[in-house]
Amino acid sequence: MADIVFFHRVSQRYGEGPEILREVSFRLGDGEMMFLTGPSGAGKSTLLKLIGLLARPQAGQIAVLGQNIGQIRRSRIPAFRRQIGMIFQNPSLLADRTVFENVALPLVIRGHSGADIGRRVRGALDAVGLLSKEKALPPTLSGGEQQRVGIARAVVAKPKLLLADEPTGNLDPQMAREVMQLFMRFNEVGVSVLVATHALGLIQRLPYRIEHLEHGHIDAIARGDAEAAPAAAQENSLGHG
Amino acid sequence: MVTAKSPQSAAQVATQPSWLSRTLQDHSRALNASLTQLMRKPIATLLTAFVIGLTLALPAGLDTVLRNLDVVGDSLQGSMRASLFLKDSVDADRAQELSRSLGKRPGVANARYISREQALEEFKQHSGFGEALDLLKDNPLPAVIVVTPDHHAPQAQTSALLKELSNLPEVEQAQLDEKWLQRLYAILDLVQRAVLVIAAALALAVVIVIANTIRLDIERHREEIEVMKLIGAPDGFIRRPFLYTGLGYGLVGALLACAMVAGAGMLLAPPAHELAGLYDAEPALRGLAPEAVLAVFGAALVLGWLGAFWTVSRHLHQIEPD
Repeated sequence: MADIVFFHRVSQRYGEGPEILREVSFRLGDGEMMFLTGPSGAGKSTLLKLIGLLARPQAGQIAVLGQNIGQIRRSRIPAFRRQIGMIFQNPSLLADRTVFENVALPLVIRGHSGADIGRRVRGALDAVGLLSKEKALPPTLSGGEQQRVGIARAVVAKPKLLLADEPTGNLDPQMAREVMQLFMRFNEVGVSVLVATHALGLIQRLPYRIEHLEHGHIDAIARGDAEAAPAAAQENSLGHG
Repeated sequence: MVTAKSPQSAAQVATQPSWLSRTLQDHSRALNASLTQLMRKPIATLLTAFVIGLTLALPAGLDTVLRNLDVVGDSLQGSMRASLFLKDSVDADRAQELSRSLGKRPGVANARYISREQALEEFKQHSGFGEALDLLKDNPLPAVIVVTPDHHAPQAQTSALLKELSNLPEVEQAQLDEKWLQRLYAILDLVQRAVLVIAAALALAVVIVIANTIRLDIERHREEIEVMKLIGAPDGFIRRPFLYTGLGYGLVGALLACAMVAGAGMLLAPPAHELAGLYDAEPALRGLAPEAVLAVFGAALVLGWLGAFWTVSRHLHQIEPD
């Protein structure tokens, strides 16, 4: 299985502060879904930012979608990011645009035709159960609905890799489970998914690989359902960084 | 309950539009976004455009004044004459013959002989000293040939001709009324250059005004820019609406500048006509020439684009999603 994400002894710190990541190594295979857990401040967000090129690695090697991201020039970052769908705890929706317009943004920047945008956006909104809210403005939606709009925007352009940073942080348990089910459905159709969350209880019984990040390095592998976890996922786990 | 379906099945396979239609579509969207943004705050937009208009109106107005003064100068050149005072030894026949030959010379529109008697008569009529002049035994006035140059001839050629005429053996003294006209042309040349310098300084001011306005627009859209960058929008895509905004400010500024110059022209026309009449000059006050209107619009659009491009390029790099 080809690697979609490959980390080799990656270290990162901000300014003169302590190291956020210390020689972290792991792999995410093509079509694999993986959870990254750990307490707040463990470095989960930093790790995702490095994958999305929101930050540059200070040491180590990172390859994402077959590209050594240390060598990606600034001018090539937008094209790189267009291959990735990113979801955050705060979905970063544009308050003065409708749900439809927010979800359409990735397609607009790719130059899709109006008719194609309409089809795809409605398809994505249907997938997250918000088709009836396409004309609503984000501030009129609940936190869970806003998060689902963010998910629809992340997947509307069919990314190869989906990154989610604490996507259930603001949701009630029921909505959190539904969001996790959405990720599983996307993964079933071939999208590689990496979800960072500290809600271990929510994912422990799911049949996916779980990497535990603490004190800046991956020091343990917690498997919710080791027997059910895909074999490929077990192969890809490198354990200690 | 979330009804999750696959994004792949949701997103239908669609044909990608051609490069041309994509480009047109992108520009149309950017133009629409820019217009929406400008219309959303009409007072602020108009105030900015007014400042730009005022800044553009100054050099455009000065240029119009210069063009009018140029026309006045040309018109005065047409009314410029040389008075050739003849020596007492030149008799009337010789003087008349000289006047006829001068009238046929190239560059001369007309030559009129005024005898000593005619000169005295005219002086009596116009000076108010008629009775005093009657007491004189002799006529003190010389005969004169008044030469009117062809006003189509270049000013330099006219000056050379009049100088040549003043050196004729029959001429005692020549009075040329061209000095002040030369001074006028010299002043016009100086002012023309000053207008260029002022125009350059004001062009820089327009760029700065637009750049600063766009910078504030960028700050207002910081969150949107961060989201755009997050989902992979290229800098050109993010920059485009701001460039259209810069062009919009330039366009409205140019319209206001032309309107201001036209309004000032209407206000100044009556006294200008009166003044021109006093100098026997062409009375019509000319407004902005078509080429000047084009220059104002061209300059405004270029400066608007430059101001926007400069500030967007500077600030876009500083905004990154975190």
